[in-house]
Amino acid sequence: MLQSERVPAGWHHRHLLDLERLTGDEIRLLLDTAALFKEATDHCRRKLSVLTGSTVVNLFFENSTRTRTSFSLAARRLGADVVDFSASTSSLSKGESFIDTARNLEAMGIDAVVVRHSTPGTPHLLAQHLDVGVINAGDGPHEHPTQGLLDIFSIRERLGDLTGVTVGLVGDIAHSRTARSNLWGLLKLGAKIILCGPPTLVSQRWRELGVEVSHNLDDIVPRCDVLNLLRIQFERQNMRPFPSVREYAHLYAMTSDRLTRAKPDLLILAPGPINRGVEMTAEVADCRQSLILDQVTNGLAVRMGVLWLTCGPREPGAATSAAATAGAASLPHRSHS
Amino acid sequence: MSTLLIRGGRVIDPAQGIDQVDDVLVRDGRVAAIGRSDGVADQTIDATGLLVSPGLIDMHVHLREPGREEDETIETGTRAALAGGFTSVACIPNTEPPIDTQAAVEFIHQKAARADTCNVFVVGCVSRNREGKELAEIGQLVEAGAVAFSDDGAPVYDAELMRRAFEYCRMFDKPILAHEEVLELSRGGVMNEGLVSLVLGLTGMPAAAEEVMIGRDIALSEVTGGRLHVMHVSTSGGVALIRAAKARGARVTAEACPHHFTLTDEGLRGFDSNHKMSPPLRTAADVEGIIAGIVDGTIDCIATDHAPHAPEKKMLELDRAPFGILGLETAVGLTVTRLVSPGKIDWSRMIEAMSTLPARILGVDRGTLRPGAVADITVIDPNLSWKVDVKSFQSKSVNSPFDGWTLQGRAVATIVAGRVKYRLGRE
Repeated sequence: MLQSERVPAGWHHRHLLDLERLTGDEIRLLLDTAALFKEATDHCRRKLSVLTGSTVVNLFFENSTRTRTSFSLAARRLGADVVDFSASTSSLSKGESFIDTARNLEAMGIDAVVVRHSTPGTPHLLAQHLDVGVINAGDGPHEHPTQGLLDIFSIRERLGDLTGVTVGLVGDIAHSRTARSNLWGLLKLGAKIILCGPPTLVSQRWRELGVEVSHNLDDIVPRCDVLNLLRIQFERQNMRPFPSVREYAHLYAMTSDRLTRAKPDLLILAPGPINRGVEMTAEVADCRQSLILDQVTNGLAVRMGVLWLTCGPREPGAATSAAATAGAASLPHRSHS
Repeated sequence: MSTLLIRGGRVIDPAQGIDQVDDVLVRDGRVAAIGRSDGVADQTIDATGLLVSPGLIDMHVHLREPGREEDETIETGTRAALAGGFTSVACIPNTEPPIDTQAAVEFIHQKAARADTCNVFVVGCVSRNREGKELAEIGQLVEAGAVAFSDDGAPVYDAELMRRAFEYCRMFDKPILAHEEVLELSRGGVMNEGLVSLVLGLTGMPAAAEEVMIGRDIALSEVTGGRLHVMHVSTSGGVALIRAAKARGARVTAEACPHHFTLTDEGLRGFDSNHKMSPPLRTAADVEGIIAGIVDGTIDCIATDHAPHAPEKKMLELDRAPFGILGLETAVGLTVTRLVSPGKIDWSRMIEAMSTLPARILGVDRGTLRPGAVADITVIDPNLSWKVDVKSFQSKSVNSPFDGWTLQGRAVATIVAGRVKYRLGRE
């Protein structure tokens, strides 16, 4: 039961900075917690009060609509207050350092900071300097742990255990934080990973981590159980890594034609926003195997779970809440607001 | 007549082929004699169990003054040098404004004289205003006392300008100290390009960015007969290029920095900007390559690339934080700990790399204890184990990733022209 509002015994972290440094068990615990919240909120539509009195700050140094909205909604569904803080309206334009900005917010008595920044490691630096929970909502091309978790959550919902499942991550791996978070999460859960894209976007060095690297989409499509089609991040590229969008789409867009050569129950994911016609055609985006809208709903569930784990009360002897994640289907007793 | 007697130390002077326990007598700022001395001196240092070396010379130091006095000044930087055992530094001219005029050289000399600490040898700019467009007035700078030329911080990008600089400097027999980097390949980079940068999502600077430029400058040096000194070599491929050039008889010398034979790009995993410098920390294989280059003499010297940055500048996002690491106060400890103690080089080679050869490359009358030489002397405790504490540094900045490290070996007395300018524990 979730009647105890304490975090589960298996969770020892103050922050959620990346998936690389989590264990498989910790990732399962995050996913199980998210599942619990998804059920408790009737597919993320109802509101709970487990974080009433807490304040979550969205500290976004880089533009975002969907991730910020998702975090805001998730926090509100748990009863927390949400403050949005974006760099364009802040004193950062007056030259204040991001650490000073965050310290100022902290001094206002907040419980967690959800941070997005174009520079890898910025959430890690904040975590060193702040005394509140820090959740990484995307740090440049490094990691986007809640995106990775929601992708994995969506796959797990359909396929169950991920051991031996083959997941193809296709596209701009070089600049994709989603790719990195998926990679670590999936590896730790026993999945087989294929990274696919042109050599300018998919380094052979990834092989050192035990993943397959392919430059030929047609070769890998028939072998995949899941394809995650990652956006081309034109905004992060110094020099365009392929001759033209047309040529890229010809080689790497997922099309109906390619779909006919896939396993019949292939699952299609895309972290969005998607460039229709570049990473995939419209038919593929809207096909029956597409999980794109599931991903959005599951994003709420995952973020509720993560917020609860990072700003929920943490008292000594919190072991009672282990039961909370042990498949308990019922709601926390203070489930209505 | 004032005299200083350094008694009973192990005197090592590679320039004379000396390695023996002996006394060193200094009279009126010059070495008077090496040999048993029973006389009485005005001042005596008991060097029993210690090494007595010609004063160490760091030929790659950013003193920041003029223009960035919040990071370091000539006074604080040279105090850091003394505390690190250096009796001389060569200051790199990427100041604001850059050192590209006689007046600027004169300014450094005056400030250094006022600080009255260690010797400061001035490196002048290769190009006017360090812009890489036309030659600085190199002849005038030589007259003012510049010992070498460099646009360090950035490469001399125009190949023709570099060629002209080699040709022109040849007339004064001055070396060009080259920062080797193909900027298009390192653009936006904050660390070495490799598995670690891939995993961290940080833009990498490939080894090739450094090696391609080393190759260009070796070719230009060979075609002109100009003297090339490759600064802060960081890759094993760079060492190989220099080794091959030397085998052909090219007029090429090179330096490596303690951080490049100590740390790797794994250090960036904590996103600490104190591990951010240019050229970046490379891989374990590169560290081995650098050490091999120091052992076989391909890399002539050890220099620090001491690059202070005020804390508020370093405490930024990794891509906004500047490149650079402190070096003066940890160089001896790191060299002893990483190279001498494990038996990779002996004391004589260490002193050659930190005194004899830097003096020779810069063409300055230092780097030896030969009787009659200026009495710049460093006394080193080879066994002293000490903990690095940036808060106790003489430098104005604290950007060292070695804070908290335990190192072996430290300068305990630094003597400049016969005057004891630093004694450990008596600062």
